[in-house]
Amino acid sequence: MPGLGGRMSTVIKAKISKLLDRAEDPAETLDYGYQKQVEMLQNVKKGIADVVTSKKRLQMQSTKLEQQVVKLDTQARRALSQGQEDLARVALERKTLAQTELQSLDGQVKELENQQEQLTANEQKLRQKIEQFRTKKEVIKAQYSAAEAQVRISEAANGVGEEMADLGLAIQRAEDKTETMRARASAVEELEQAGTFDDLSQLGSGQDDIDRQLHELTSGAQVDDELAKMKAELGSGTGGDAPALEQGKENA
Amino acid sequence: MIVRVSGEGQFRLPDEDADRLNELDNRAVSAVEQGDETGFRELWSQMLELVASDGNALSEDELVESDVILPPRDITFAEAKGEFTGDGLIPD
Repeated sequence: MPGLGGRMSTVIKAKISKLLDRAEDPAETLDYGYQKQVEMLQNVKKGIADVVTSKKRLQMQSTKLEQQVVKLDTQARRALSQGQEDLARVALERKTLAQTELQSLDGQVKELENQQEQLTANEQKLRQKIEQFRTKKEVIKAQYSAAEAQVRISEAANGVGEEMADLGLAIQRAEDKTETMRARASAVEELEQAGTFDDLSQLGSGQDDIDRQLHELTSGAQVDDELAKMKAELGSGTGGDAPALEQGKENA
Repeated sequence: MIVRVSGEGQFRLPDEDADRLNELDNRAVSAVEQGDETGFRELWSQMLELVASDGNALSEDELVESDVILPPRDITFAEAKGEFTGDGLIPD
């Protein structure tokens, strides 16, 4: 079959040809090729470690978002118990947004976990291939004339090179994905932190830009439902809410 | 014919499959060009199925280059626009 198409093949080809730059003396090429492979395996290991680090960062962001959801829920209750329904609505809208983001983030972290497993399995495979190359190069050196060796070397080296280049691309792709997720989660975090929630009065009137954006992003129906539920809960258990009410007044 | 599915390894397919794969590849290119994501998805899964049903995974001690490199299974439609262009993955 003549050649390969597609961007991925082109990238992989380019990487392989870099690996095979030195091709004068077959024996030297073989040793150099092997040495290069071992070096690159270290990069692969480092790349996978980076993916793991990125995943941990995302998990931390997810924990933060969880805390925000709890905090916003508390604030909505407090606002409602003070009769400030508008504020409660704003807090609930933010909570809904945080929850939505949290869900998608958790899903993506899980996906990343699977990818990480796959990358590790492929690293193992690559390690075996490199080991295979080491054995093969001694056989080639011993058994073949220079011209024949040349052919066999490029075949074997291309095989390993392709494996390596492909794994490199997979790592790069996983890294890019985590970057996108991280940027998204940070954007939501910023959006929510733009009005600090430490003090209810700082929630604002619900009419600034951030709230307008939030309003567009969240489902009105879901917020209405939650608000109604919260009202019902507050109405039925007045006694237990007294301390929270007091605290709320201080803050307001 | 040796086919690699990016991220999954290499498979040996009977040479007769080359035409079928090439046909799917060409159709995938036109689906991508027309912005038909559903059509592309369908063709893409047919390509993967062909590899899965007819292909045998290469053993670790076979150090050979692939004839065709397929992109990762979970390729996005946006990424597909970079892969399935012109002659596609398999030049005619």
